[in-house]
Amino acid sequence: MTNTTPDVHYLNHEKGFKSWFWTLDHKRLGVMYMWSVIAAFILGGIFALLVRMELMEPNAIAGGAALEGFSDKLSAPDLYNHFFTLHGAIMVFLVIIPGIPAALGNFALPMMLGAKDVAYPKLNRFSYHLWLTGAIFFVIALLTKGLDTGWTFYAPYSTSHSDSAVIWATMGAFILGFSSIFTGLNMLVTIHKMRPDGMTWFKMPLFIWAIYATAVIQILATPVIGIALLMLTIERALGVGIFDPALGGDPVLFEHIFWFYSHPAVYVMVLPAMGVVSELISNFSRKPIFGYKSIAFSSVAIAIFSFIVWGHHMFVSGQSDIVNVVFSALTFSVAVPSAIKVFNWVATLYKGSISLDTPMWYALSVIWLFGIGGLTGLWLGTLGTDIHLHDTYFVVAHFHFVMVGSAIFSFIGGIFYWWPKMFGVMYNEFTAKVGCFIAFAGFNLTFLPQFVAGSQGMPRRYFDYAPEFATYNYYSSIGAMVLGIGLSIALFSLVRSLMGEKKVAPANPWGAVTLDWQCTSPPPPHNFDHAPPVQGPYDHELLRWNEELNGYEPIDPVDGDPNLARMGSAKTV
Amino acid sequence: MIHLVPNLLALLQSSSEQKPEGSLFFPPKASNFAAEADWLYNFIFWVSVIAFFLTIAATVYLVLRYRKSVSPEPQPSPHHSTKLEVIWSVIPSIFLVIMFWKGFELFVDYRKVPAGAYQIQVTGVKWNWTFRYPTGAESSDLHVPMGEPVELLITSKDVLHSVFIPAFRVKQDAVPGRYTNLWFEATMPGKYPMYCTEYCGTSHSAMDNAVYVYETREEFDQWLAGALNPYEGMSLADAGALAWERKGCATCHTNDGTNLVGPSFKGIWGATREFEDGTTATVDENYILESITMPAAKIVKGYPNVMIANGGQNLSDEERNFLVEYIKTLAN
Repeated sequence: MTNTTPDVHYLNHEKGFKSWFWTLDHKRLGVMYMWSVIAAFILGGIFALLVRMELMEPNAIAGGAALEGFSDKLSAPDLYNHFFTLHGAIMVFLVIIPGIPAALGNFALPMMLGAKDVAYPKLNRFSYHLWLTGAIFFVIALLTKGLDTGWTFYAPYSTSHSDSAVIWATMGAFILGFSSIFTGLNMLVTIHKMRPDGMTWFKMPLFIWAIYATAVIQILATPVIGIALLMLTIERALGVGIFDPALGGDPVLFEHIFWFYSHPAVYVMVLPAMGVVSELISNFSRKPIFGYKSIAFSSVAIAIFSFIVWGHHMFVSGQSDIVNVVFSALTFSVAVPSAIKVFNWVATLYKGSISLDTPMWYALSVIWLFGIGGLTGLWLGTLGTDIHLHDTYFVVAHFHFVMVGSAIFSFIGGIFYWWPKMFGVMYNEFTAKVGCFIAFAGFNLTFLPQFVAGSQGMPRRYFDYAPEFATYNYYSSIGAMVLGIGLSIALFSLVRSLMGEKKVAPANPWGAVTLDWQCTSPPPPHNFDHAPPVQGPYDHELLRWNEELNGYEPIDPVDGDPNLARMGSAKTV
Repeated sequence: MIHLVPNLLALLQSSSEQKPEGSLFFPPKASNFAAEADWLYNFIFWVSVIAFFLTIAATVYLVLRYRKSVSPEPQPSPHHSTKLEVIWSVIPSIFLVIMFWKGFELFVDYRKVPAGAYQIQVTGVKWNWTFRYPTGAESSDLHVPMGEPVELLITSKDVLHSVFIPAFRVKQDAVPGRYTNLWFEATMPGKYPMYCTEYCGTSHSAMDNAVYVYETREEFDQWLAGALNPYEGMSLADAGALAWERKGCATCHTNDGTNLVGPSFKGIWGATREFEDGTTATVDENYILESITMPAAKIVKGYPNVMIANGGQNLSDEERNFLVEYIKTLAN
């Protein structure tokens, strides 16, 4: 017996553009989110490469040669400012925030609960349509006057000085905010109300805990950025003085309400990533996750603490000294639960049986990258050292290690993990691993030198720089190209698996015990005919390898239970 | 990739050769804060390096020891250990408290301006800094005496800027509509870069003025006396050249024909300029005056309209006259 793809599954039971665009199926929405986010990531990545191209050598200001020919309207420094702004805005609002919760969360979470869909499928579709609308607003901004405010939209530059399409972009981000709120709301209600009988809170996979904590932040924090951007728009459009002192406003107020959202937003990016890594490390080690409860609680602790540390972005903004001290102390409180997660992942490996498949390589990469990203946060939370490092390349390197090294690498690891379930095919392991290794090397080469450039004093958002920073920037630019090549290979290995002769995926290639692997690959339109029986999410001893299936099957299949029977075979019953 | 290794080695060597005072990670230590800030940086560095090394070493060892080919089946082990988890929560916490506390102590030093510090007013404007000294003297580079506490009282005329002097390890945002401050005591004579570190638009990266530290108060006073009336005894054109440099014109307008954000002054005198709206005009005295006071009136074709009337605000009537004469000397 070999594996076969089921005749009818969610990808082929309805056909045509409309069946996708108007679908209510969480799996189809998840897949569409994934491709949309990948498309936005490619666009944001092109801007990143343009930025690195400009910075490869100093004294560009005399010629701006690297950016010549891109625009006859904008001078080279302006063009550069547009590029780094669009890179940041696209990557934050269109890629990392929706990445794991909306794409992977939508696809996997309802199945992990043994459910047929999320709690509010129509709201879910609306979230995706809002994402598309927000993306269209960004594209309009890009094609009209561009955007040069930095993704942070700091006033009064954004309200009274910038000659770019600020309102299109802020309205785009506003709309994307609602997309994020609705996704969070949907996940939260789904987790509360649709858990199957027997799945208590502490029998939930850790990915669900992570999405839950994320949803809380999305719902509570995102409205604040919505209000901030709305006020900014009103000031820019109508001249109402809220932030610009020339009109009687206060620019530091904008920084406060901006970071009141944008710091928790960092955890909207990182918490789901930690959830993915927890699943990957456990399943590829065939060991229950070590310290399940402390990982679950640390997700919640991080979500709560994330609301009270925003002021650490503003140590030199002119806010009061006492406020600075309080925020510094609170900031260190986030470090502990983050460290606990990493230690728990490492301890999970102990006495396991570790398969080094592609998703596991991404998970191991994240231990390295998040380690560096998290530890370098210590310099920035410490008042005495942040003063020197604030707004230098040290900060740029730090948040790229967290937001790309942790969030994006986990997202890609998650895509490689759920890919067989999504499309019923296996990718070429060798190509996929090569992509991972090159991306990992390129990432480190890009961002490690930036720490030194920063501590040497190179400010961020600089079109040009002094010659003493040349070496760091040169290697950083080379690294960016290597990273680009690595990620392209990773994407190639995925796309290639869908074309030509396909390698059919078994129902459970990795031996995961969570319920999302208890249906066929790809899943049937409604996931499960009956709710599958609940077991511990990491009881790997319930499964065994079946050479014939090239996948895992239950050790003791219950005759007559269609779900359990199907688990072992790729055929629909 | 192999050829990178010797290059990186060369980098380590060259960075120590070019800047004897600086180190691999830091620019020269030129203020009272530098030693302590660097010590704290290094403390966090070594704690982090050890923590990172232990974590990665454990990961690599466990992956090798328990990889599938060696360990085909998982073996039972505890699913959690309160003792272990308390240990790896409490030990990092101790180091975090030390880091916070040392950072807090240093921050108190950063914020406690000594009584009687020499106060210099700093104003940021797109895209230049102006420094005003108690005597009324003004400069676009910062000049300070060594061994004396100096306080910078900082504000901005338009958008957010930020004063950053890497060699002093100090930084403070310039916020329009309010004053912020910082202080330092320079400990080494010399010239150091100063950067704007809050993004402020087109020429953000060109707001890179210099800081001059004078070894003795006498040298500083001598400079200060000269700065009070810098144009004294100069020809009009020379005074114009000085104003061009001091008042930030040079940030956007070169004198050698290189075009930056704005057109170069080289060769424009008497030339016919074509504007964005298709009209033309010949550069004469009135054209220059108008371009300084009302920059948006005529936008030269191919250039952005970014010079906000501040060019006029920043210059005295006299300085405008000097500039007119200076531009005449740059005629082809």
